[in-house]
Amino acid sequence: MHRNRWVMGIIFLVFFGSLYSIFFDSGEFVKPFDAGNPKKRIKLGLDLQGGMNLLMEVDESQLPKGLALTEAVDRAVEVVRNRVDQIGVSEPLIQKEGTKWIVVQLPGVKDSEEAKKMIGQTALLEFKLVDETGDVEKAIEGTVPKGDILLYDKESKPYLLKEQQLMTGAALANAKMALGGGSFGSEISVDFSLTDEGSKIFAKLTGSNIGKRLAIILDNRVISAPTINSKISRRGQITGSFDDKEAKNLALLLRSGSLPVPMNIISENVVGPSLGADSIKKGLYSGLIGLLAVLIIMAVYYKVSGIIADIGLLCNILYLMGGMTLIGATLTMPGIAGIILTIGMSVDSNVLILERIREELRTGKTVRSAVDAGYNRAFWTVIDSHVTTLITALILFIFGTGPIKGFAVTLSMGCAISLFTAVVVTKVIFDWRLSRGEVDRLSI
Amino acid sequence: MIQILNNTKINFVGLRFIAYIISSLLVFGGLFAIVQLAQGHGNVGIDFAGGSVVSLKFEKELPVEKVREVLDKNGFKDTGIQQISDKPGDPKTKILLRIKASNVKIGGLKEAMTKVFTEGFPGEKFDIDRVEDMGPIVSSKLKGQAFWAVFFAILSIMVYIWFRFEFRFGLAAAVATLHDVLAVIGIFYFMDKEFTLLLVTALLTLAGYSLTDTVVVFDRIRENLKLRVKDNLDTIINSSVNEVLSRTFMTSLTVLIVVAALFFYGGEVIHDFSFALMIGVVIGTYSSWFVASPILIEWEHATARKVVVPVKK
Repeated sequence: MHRNRWVMGIIFLVFFGSLYSIFFDSGEFVKPFDAGNPKKRIKLGLDLQGGMNLLMEVDESQLPKGLALTEAVDRAVEVVRNRVDQIGVSEPLIQKEGTKWIVVQLPGVKDSEEAKKMIGQTALLEFKLVDETGDVEKAIEGTVPKGDILLYDKESKPYLLKEQQLMTGAALANAKMALGGGSFGSEISVDFSLTDEGSKIFAKLTGSNIGKRLAIILDNRVISAPTINSKISRRGQITGSFDDKEAKNLALLLRSGSLPVPMNIISENVVGPSLGADSIKKGLYSGLIGLLAVLIIMAVYYKVSGIIADIGLLCNILYLMGGMTLIGATLTMPGIAGIILTIGMSVDSNVLILERIREELRTGKTVRSAVDAGYNRAFWTVIDSHVTTLITALILFIFGTGPIKGFAVTLSMGCAISLFTAVVVTKVIFDWRLSRGEVDRLSI
Repeated sequence: MIQILNNTKINFVGLRFIAYIISSLLVFGGLFAIVQLAQGHGNVGIDFAGGSVVSLKFEKELPVEKVREVLDKNGFKDTGIQQISDKPGDPKTKILLRIKASNVKIGGLKEAMTKVFTEGFPGEKFDIDRVEDMGPIVSSKLKGQAFWAVFFAILSIMVYIWFRFEFRFGLAAAVATLHDVLAVIGIFYFMDKEFTLLLVTALLTLAGYSLTDTVVVFDRIRENLKLRVKDNLDTIINSSVNEVLSRTFMTSLTVLIVVAALFFYGGEVIHDFSFALMIGVVIGTYSSWFVASPILIEWEHATARKVVVPVKK
């Protein structure tokens, strides 16, 4: 009996611990499945709360000379992280996968197109001089003078530029959108300031080219080509025909730096918030129906003993939820399926044990010894059936990604916890009942 | 005490030849399906074949011919169109498109679809619920992962059973498990269901779960082999399966119930997944009664020696 006290203590401790962990955050009540609440206790996957998942691949063919692939990818991850931080997404995930892939997960992002544009853009800002002497018409026909390149702006206006890159966005210290620029004083512009190093370059560049036009180029598209009126060192301004949103985005891109190498999206997954909410609702609903059905069947078929198994089952679900919030596991739709599957599998152990007890009772054993024999003899069968499920769950965890991993997590946790709840918790209840005097009939 | 399937005396060993016919059909169906799938036939989902899935939600049901016409006109030929309702009986306001391959660059599909449907159905309001765009590089990687996952799952299950039981039990359990998985693959193939990563997940789960019933039966056979040394294997297997019939039935029933709840109420995302588990659980129970144990007999006939009492670890 002494041992059982301890076990009971643990059961209740875990019970209340789970309750607290699911419903409270630093003493404050929170709804567990509220996708809109940032303090929600159970982390929801992209498929449940909506959002975007991108897989991007670094374009190796365009890797600049002298830059190793790993370094390029690491730097790209940093740049993407900067940009995502600036967009303002809560709990984003940006990480390298394999050698040249980057995973970007943006939960709850509203405007997926916009976000995609911001993340995938190389945003290489370049400053090049306009070749005032070259023949633009001829260049369009195909004879670009040596040392020159032909680029266009947003309105397809051609520019013949000196190929030499005079300065890049790397020289920028900060950039922000500003109003009141341009010749009319009402134009939207992007103001930038330069680093110390950049100031020196820019001063030299502007000082020696007064009267010439300096083209500002973003990803091989000319934004504008203003005439240099005087020597500029610290600050500059980019004007062009952009609206405030474009200017804001450009400033953001310039602030977060350019990608060291262009990237291509190789897989995209967008889930709208309504589908996610719908999935949660349906998942909970079907789970509840399944749970009720199992609880009733066990209670009807095995009477009081079935109700004891039901208590074990309820503990299992509670502990599972508590455990998930505690370790910060992410719940996905297949994850919900894993929990529901756990409901069905958890009572399997009880079925095996209870059937065994029935069998022992039939041979004429007393209730006490039948219960003990039932638990002892069914033990290895229960272990075997759990281990095989755990093995597959583990393999799914290793090989699976995203939602599938969520399934592996809930299924393996549920399976492991059910070993405790279906065997230990129910046994303690049986023991407690049988300890109160001799029971000569068991409701089973 | 309520007791179903009590004191049954079903001659499982005697019935095994009928079971062999059914099972060979199931297994060969599955093998045929795998060969077909490996050659790129059948309904392979975008996880493995690449392509895109787009789910749109309209306010009313659109005529499916018109949808196809609009898609064809915009170059999205051979697109699979499926209309889904929220609840049975409701208008099918949701459209699920399976685009095999398009000219649209990955990352631009949502915009392209918005354009196609805004122009094709002026005035109809819609939401794009879900976009999954899978490039060929990613899908071939997933294919490899799925293959290795299945390989390692079956291997480790076999190793565990060998470790816990003796060789012939391990072999029989592995055959029964493979039987269940192949049967579900075959049924899915002939029902033209989609083969996705989620289905592979269901198959692996099934491989783990269908062993439960087999283990229960084997445990009892092992126990009876020790207790009833005088009986021959046929009798022992028959009475063992009959003795545990009610519990293997009950364990399968509880799982079947929750999976059915998922199937009927869990929504479209999880629909095929739960369907695979549903038929899998039924077939798994059947195979633990009719397939796993008879294999032990065939093994004995083939090796034609006295069964040695296995040692419980």
